[in-house]
Amino acid sequence: MALALGTGAILLVVLLWELVRPTLKRAVARGREIWSLRRGASTLSGYDPGRERRAEQRARALLRSCVDERDWAMYRDLGFLRVWGGLGERGRGEHASYAYLIYPHKPLVAYVPQTGALLNEYCVAFPDLSRPYGSSRLPDSDDVLAKWMALTADERRLVADANMHLPGRQIDPGRVRRDLLRLTRWEQERDRDPLGRDRRGSDHAATLHT
Amino acid sequence: MKLLRMKPGHGEIVLAEGDVEVPEQERELIEAFRRELDAGMWAAVPTGTPGGRREAELVKSFAEVPREAERVIFFPRAAGGAPGATL
Repeated sequence: MALALGTGAILLVVLLWELVRPTLKRAVARGREIWSLRRGASTLSGYDPGRERRAEQRARALLRSCVDERDWAMYRDLGFLRVWGGLGERGRGEHASYAYLIYPHKPLVAYVPQTGALLNEYCVAFPDLSRPYGSSRLPDSDDVLAKWMALTADERRLVADANMHLPGRQIDPGRVRRDLLRLTRWEQERDRDPLGRDRRGSDHAATLHT
Repeated sequence: MKLLRMKPGHGEIVLAEGDVEVPEQERELIEAFRRELDAGMWAAVPTGTPGGRREAELVKSFAEVPREAERVIFFPRAAGGAPGATL
């Protein structure tokens, strides 16, 4: 009797399982589909302003710890960095025959410090193909630091890797000229002592004299 | 010495940290260094010139990293081209 009941119970369970199995299978498949769609959507719209702001704060701290105090102040106040060119006859430094402006996520702009003439744009990016949060784009200050490190370490290589264009391809030349004027004023202000005298001497060639 | 890596959406992360004078820690630093280079990253060491100006040095192997360096920063290799927006 017990054996018959047991066998009957097992048969019942098996029959029920066979009846329910297709429905369960469909439900699991649908659940997986919904989960993957939600995951894809969150990747596409994964921009988190708070996370990006924290990332930028960390990047700014790293940049500040790597560059000169003066360069950091320039970036903080003006939003770009100037790096002297090192491949000209005069070498790198204040008397260099050319310099670059580094903007975040924009091309490098080469110009002549003595005249303000714009030379070229060098389009270069540092895409992180692992896309940890769905984007390959470094925080702004990390992008600036990457360009600064690559330029000061191996200018020739960076320029070779970049796409060179005439000025105005991506950055408005008027904007660059205004930035050069801002830079000149900024340096004059910074290099003036409380009595209005130039702290760096009269022979100091700042950047662009107007 | 610290090995740092720039990361989108995060800023830098610490990949490894150790004393190069301790063999086991140096080995861990070397392994982490190789992993990043194999992943296609560039490695730079922030340095200073005798004139006091700060610069960076690109290194292609751990042996090129100055022993006294405090940090090595990894960042994605440069690629030509950039988004076409105008300032």
